Amino acid sequence: MALSGLAIYKHLPKENCKECGLPTCLAFAMKVASGQAGLDDCPKLGDEARGALAEASAPPQRLVTIGEGDGAVSIGQETVLFRHDERFQNACGIAVRVEDSLEEGELAARLDAIKGLSFDRMGQVQAVDMVAVENSSGDSGRFAAAAKKAAALGKAVVLISADPEALKSAGSEIADKRPLLYYSGSADNVETAAKTAVELKLPLGIESPSLETISDMTEKAAKAGLQDIVMSPGREKPSEVLEFLTKTRRAALKKKFRPLGYPTLAFADGTDDAAIVAASWFVLKYAGIVVIDTIEPAAVVAILTSRFNIYTDPQKPVQVEAKLYEINEPGNEAPLLVTTNFALSYYSVESEVEASRVPTHILAVDTEGTSVLTAWAADKFNPETISEALVKTGAAEKVSHHKCVIPGMVAVISGSLEEESGWQVEVGPKEAVGIVSYLTSRWKR
Amino acid sequence: MEVPDTSESWKTKINTVAIGATQDEGGTRAGVVRVGGAGCIPGAAYEGDAGERPVVAVEVWDVAPDNWPAELTRHYGDALNDPGAWAQKGIEMGADLVCLKLTGTHPDAADRSAEEAATTVKAVLKAVDVPLIVWGCGVPEKDNKVLPACASAASGENCLLGSITEKNYRTLVAACLADGHKLISESPLDINIAKQVNILAQDSGFDLKDIVIFPTTGALGYGLEYVYSIMERGRIAGLSGDQLLQQPVISDVGAEAWRAKEARASDDDVPGLGPAERRGPLWEGITATNLLQAGGDIFIMRHPEAMKMFKEAVDEFMGVGSV
Ligand code: SF4
Repeated sequence: MALSGLAIYKHLPKENCKECGLPTCLAFAMKVASGQAGLDDCPKLGDEARGALAEASAPPQRLVTIGEGDGAVSIGQETVLFRHDERFQNACGIAVRVEDSLEEGELAARLDAIKGLSFDRMGQVQAVDMVAVENSSGDSGRFAAAAKKAAALGKAVVLISADPEALKSAGSEIADKRPLLYYSGSADNVETAAKTAVELKLPLGIESPSLETISDMTEKAAKAGLQDIVMSPGREKPSEVLEFLTKTRRAALKKKFRPLGYPTLAFADGTDDAAIVAASWFVLKYAGIVVIDTIEPAAVVAILTSRFNIYTDPQKPVQVEAKLYEINEPGNEAPLLVTTNFALSYYSVESEVEASRVPTHILAVDTEGTSVLTAWAADKFNPETISEALVKTGAAEKVSHHKCVIPGMVAVISGSLEEESGWQVEVGPKEAVGIVSYLTSRWKR
Repeated sequence: MEVPDTSESWKTKINTVAIGATQDEGGTRAGVVRVGGAGCIPGAAYEGDAGERPVVAVEVWDVAPDNWPAELTRHYGDALNDPGAWAQKGIEMGADLVCLKLTGTHPDAADRSAEEAATTVKAVLKAVDVPLIVWGCGVPEKDNKVLPACASAASGENCLLGSITEKNYRTLVAACLADGHKLISESPLDINIAKQVNILAQDSGFDLKDIVIFPTTGALGYGLEYVYSIMERGRIAGLSGDQLLQQPVISDVGAEAWRAKEARASDDDVPGLGPAERRGPLWEGITATNLLQAGGDIFIMRHPEAMKMFKEAVDEFMGVGSV
């Protein structure tokens, strides 16, 4: 969290010696607060003050990274409770649970299925990004062997066990993959688990449904020298998990309560619809990692899409590249539909075109990611910009009929667009839903 | 260790709106559906009054839809040709009330007349004894003819009628005042317009406490985040004392979710996503349960499995679930 200039000033030497290049310590503090200068520019700042400043400026919720390389998942460092207040910062990890009690073949099949849980959404890959191996067998050798196989997927790994020793042996086996050691045992043993995590330099997960107990646990772990902690209420009812997730996030962000200033993990056990609903809710309301059991593709896609939606930056419109898209392999006789490069506009057109099975060109005009009506009102979707896009994309070489179809909502521009572009302009349906019937019946070459 | 108290308390509650009228109240419904009343943010029953249970309204059309996927139509069969029978099926599926959409009155569709629409309203009221929502086709000139006729056909039944917009509200406000109905005020993903429509209704003599807000709806993956944030912002403003946003919210989930290709596409078109009988209900169900977390009160739905999923989730949402 950014500190105010005055808060920084409190810790400065107050010598006004100008060595930092500024006339006074206060001026320097202001520069640091606005990010235009760094503490290193003051040669007189002692280690103690430096430590205090670092502590005070630490974000209210810690950023914890699990996994390494391309498979790393960073969670936490959230700044708001409601995305409209700014944005949700670091998309939660979605982990599929795997029990180490599975037979070898079953384990391999499940890991294989997890690998396949990757889907395309608006040109981005949406995938399950973690595997959670649970020590259901109670056998630490089996646990370590399963951990190794899971780590081979290249996704971030969570190791779940109530036995600190088992966590230690499995954790050391794949320590270079930076797994999360999730200790599901009682609060009494948290120090032992914390020591293991410190020793292996790995993040630690701990659980208790009680906010008081979990605060005690994080404090003990912190005393043992651990900083990367993930908190969970354990296996509770969804409504109670949500309460835990909400209250810990509030305590961290609104009360700056350090013992709860860590990201969280939530379990959505089971493969029934209630578990899918719960997983989606945990994504929306504050989990850093959601552990699911289901590998049913439609269910996983729904959960991943909830994540895609809630972590979208509300201040940035989602855009697609402004260009001419080819759907269903269109030839030069195929229709050409015009829309904007606002992702939602483009994809609603695209999905209708796909559904129609009619080979079609779609021209996404650069409207800086605004929708048809908004862009039209802001003069970004007009005869000039559309004509320009037709020229730029070489549309005339792609279709022989020299006809383009504009959204029905901007029918008023059809005449001036014809003049400006020299193309013949047809007025299409007002809403994307009308596209299928338009293409299959009304579109005439 | 002592943990700081983070509970939130709010100045006011969301209005409670009753839909439907029993015989004692001048109607013919077996019961009344109450929505709203929340005194806390969605899902926070642990720190405040969660209000009335969010309800499901089954979506019924006055004409048989020609573009619904088989995964939907197979649950209704021939009832799709008979709004009364369709409504009955929806109630059997677990819906709490009926939302009759007068799609067939649209000039580009069947262009059914006001009289025909009124007859359909009466038929549905006769077929089921739950409260009724009546929704026009969205073309102002047509709605202004059709909806007053429906309002008077359902006089005294305390229906929820919609929708009024910034540009078209006078006629419908007058009809609802005359025949004793509640109103849906529609605004396109815009808090200020939502307030504006409510002011216009209020200035025309309509009680803000008789209004339900429709902020429009977006499906999972297709704009859900916009409507989620609008609903969340609106709810917080309402709880904080803004009388123009203290209304319960209605979400048109079924119509939006079933436009998504994840729900509607045939199995061949989306290989790897599993069978339509799972994809569709999941898409509709998760759209609804996600919006529950943003502050929805009435959910218009289509698929029986999605309704079931939603209703079970509501138990958990209200803090009384046993999952
Ligand atoms: S160098 Fe340090 S002590 Fe000197 S004026 Fe700058 S901030 Fe103050």
